[in-house]
Amino acid sequence: MTTGPTPPRKQIHLAAHFPGVNNTTVWADPRSGSQIDFDSFVHLARTAERGLFDFFFLAEGLRLREHKGRVHDLDVVGRPESITVLNALAAVTDRLGLAATVNATFNEPWELARRLASLDLLSGGRAAWNVVTSSDAFTGENFRRGGFLDRADRYTRAAEFVAAARALWDAAGAGQRSFAWSGDHFAIAGESTPPRSPQGRPVVIQAGDSDEGREFAASAADVIFTRHGTLEAGRAFYRDVKRRLPRHGRREEDLKLMPGVTVVLGDTAADAQERAAEIRRQQISPQNAIHALELVWGRDLSAYDPDGPLPDVDPDPDSALVQGRVRHADPFEAAARWRALSEEKGLSIRQTVIETTSRQSFIGTPSAVAAAMAEFVERDAADGFILVPHLTPGGLDGFVDTVVPLLQERGVFRTRYTGTTLREHLGLTGTGVERSAA
Amino acid sequence: MPAPAPLHLAAEIGGPPHDDPGRLLGLARTAEEGLLDFVTLADSFGGPGPDALGALARIAPETRRIGLVPTVTTTHTEPFHVQAGVATLDWVSRGRAGWRVDVSTSAAENRLVGRRELLGPEAAWAEAGEVAEVSRLLWDSWEDDAEIRDTPTGRFVDRDKLHYVDYRGTAFGVRGPSIVPRPPQGHPVTVVDASAAVSRDTAARHADVVLLRAGTAEETAARGTELRARAAALGRDPGTLRILATLVVDLGDGPAASAPGGGHFGGSPAGLADLIARWHAGGAVDGFHLVPLAPDTGLARLTAGTVAALRERGLFRDRYEDTTLRGHLRLARPANHFATTGGAS
Ligand SMILES: Cc1cc2nc3c(=O)[nH]c(=O)nc-3n(C[C@H](O)[C@H](O)[C@H](O)COP(=O)(O)O)c2cc1C
Repeated sequence: MTTGPTPPRKQIHLAAHFPGVNNTTVWADPRSGSQIDFDSFVHLARTAERGLFDFFFLAEGLRLREHKGRVHDLDVVGRPESITVLNALAAVTDRLGLAATVNATFNEPWELARRLASLDLLSGGRAAWNVVTSSDAFTGENFRRGGFLDRADRYTRAAEFVAAARALWDAAGAGQRSFAWSGDHFAIAGESTPPRSPQGRPVVIQAGDSDEGREFAASAADVIFTRHGTLEAGRAFYRDVKRRLPRHGRREEDLKLMPGVTVVLGDTAADAQERAAEIRRQQISPQNAIHALELVWGRDLSAYDPDGPLPDVDPDPDSALVQGRVRHADPFEAAARWRALSEEKGLSIRQTVIETTSRQSFIGTPSAVAAAMAEFVERDAADGFILVPHLTPGGLDGFVDTVVPLLQERGVFRTRYTGTTLREHLGLTGTGVERSAA
Repeated sequence: MPAPAPLHLAAEIGGPPHDDPGRLLGLARTAEEGLLDFVTLADSFGGPGPDALGALARIAPETRRIGLVPTVTTTHTEPFHVQAGVATLDWVSRGRAGWRVDVSTSAAENRLVGRRELLGPEAAWAEAGEVAEVSRLLWDSWEDDAEIRDTPTGRFVDRDKLHYVDYRGTAFGVRGPSIVPRPPQGHPVTVVDASAAVSRDTAARHADVVLLRAGTAEETAARGTELRARAAALGRDPGTLRILATLVVDLGDGPAASAPGGGHFGGSPAGLADLIARWHAGGAVDGFHLVPLAPDTGLARLTAGTVAALRERGLFRDRYEDTTLRGHLRLARPANHFATTGGAS
């Protein structure tokens, strides 16, 4: 042991993703509860707060996914509207940050800035906005403006949207009554501003991985929600994004990188691996395996046996079979990869899907998981994690009871909340108002 | 003699400052202790404080029975977001949500969005009606038992019980289904202020609860009769409309002037109880939407004085008999449009 003052260790940030509306939730598990009843939200939020997490996170979908022209019926679907649920959760939690995913394409800046500032006010400074941009004609069919934005335009709109929202929050923070904004996407003005945000500005999160997405995050986000879960991919992503910050006049500590990860715990390493395999089997039911295959092939493959070999037909490059979900960029390349894997390991359709769609997980005993997470953060593969449990709403109970105390023992995670706002939890200095005024 | 129709009472809890959730919660709880049907929270599109829907969602978990009715404007907000937000208030309050439909017709509100032509009141109210209509369709777009969690077939939902609404309005279209499953009340309660002539058609078509600024008892009753007749002409059962007179009340200790003039009442809590009892006995209205001039003091006087006096006379409930706002209002849970039309859309 060293003597004298030790340098402060890099602290881990933790967030809880509410598991609803996706194929990670194992809904067939008898312990799986409702993804819509408010009690489920209360349970997971209180668990996260008990674990001193930075924030509670809700994803968003604005159209039910379709498959072969019909509503996709295999995964959890149906969810409440995020900001309204988070306002209600503000009543049953004290410190936990409350993060809503809200699309920048199908909303307008003044209105959303007000709703987020309201959440911030009503929660005492705990609001965050995860800015997503997906815009396609499919989702657009539920909206006045339709699906008119192409890929390039959606980030320019999102960036201008965030800038306009910031201008509004800053004006409110500075006690200004009137404001005006004029840009390529918005020309708005008014005599009133949204309510003053206790954090100065609600926290901004970005999720999206293209070069435009990363640049947007470097310029405007406080947190990135990433999918880069392996140590090496995480380190590369971390370097890439943090290196972009100085160009925008920002410092490394101004942007936190938080990959979405799953955690499977067991009494022994083997026990945890066995559980993880069982969860994967449940997530990829025989029906889901064929569905995943159809996403790549773009063909009706319902006649194939999920326990049999991959089809020998080629993918259909122009398939319109899938809606509301990004299809593999190059289906031929993906199919070739899947075939190679299946041949090499002698895998059936279902086994291949399980292997290729596996997400980054921390699997092991609580102490092994705590050690691995600490290493990730220490080696700059991440600043923390957004935990994506596979069970609603009890999926984080075990983590909070067993792993959190071990992280605390290591000195890499807080033992109490030291601040009241989400910005303070995240160690984001300043409210942003001072910075922009400077 | 037939039992008199139940009396319905609601109160407005808005007015500055409404940015303090503790204060709003206190007011809602006072109203709940008074067993009122619901509270309203006024708002506008460019409102200065927190949005009313968010503010009532914030206090929903800390109240148990009182109905929660925020003002929601339809002119600039996407209809899909409007219905999802109101349905979600119903989920988080376990069946106590309503929404008071309003429009935004000022140039100032329009400049906050900067995207549309300024809509006149007629067009804005017609559009509000379309938003109310598509909202009901979207609330029905999930049948109540659409979620099946059928392990043998691996199906989470029965997609035959999810419906496209394919709504074409004059200024918008929505494909559907909603992302929010059908809310606990089926349809959260739609409230429309029909005091102004321009909103009357929308009220007759779409409102469960109509608010009318109180004139004299006779004027108010006549207006209510006219609205019910319009609703009937549109094919609705006029008995499913609750008509409440909106009265701004000043229960200060000033001189009693107990006749309402221009929608105002000034006088004692007991005097107000007399007035309410008289109007109700005469069948003028189903109840009152009371707007205390100073809610922080006025609402407590209202419940401790006026409501208690009405209860003593046996005119108002002495406990909540139901858990939902529809239940308090004695409005049935609506049948699902798609289930009853065999899913044709
Ligand atoms: C980790 C992660 C989570 C996301 N969550 C959502 C979501 O909840 N709702 C949504 O509409 N899009 C979501 N997205 C999609 C992104 O907002 C974005 O549209 C997509 O990644 C494509 O952007 P890109 O080209 O920059 O990758 C998510 C993306 C990532 C990487």
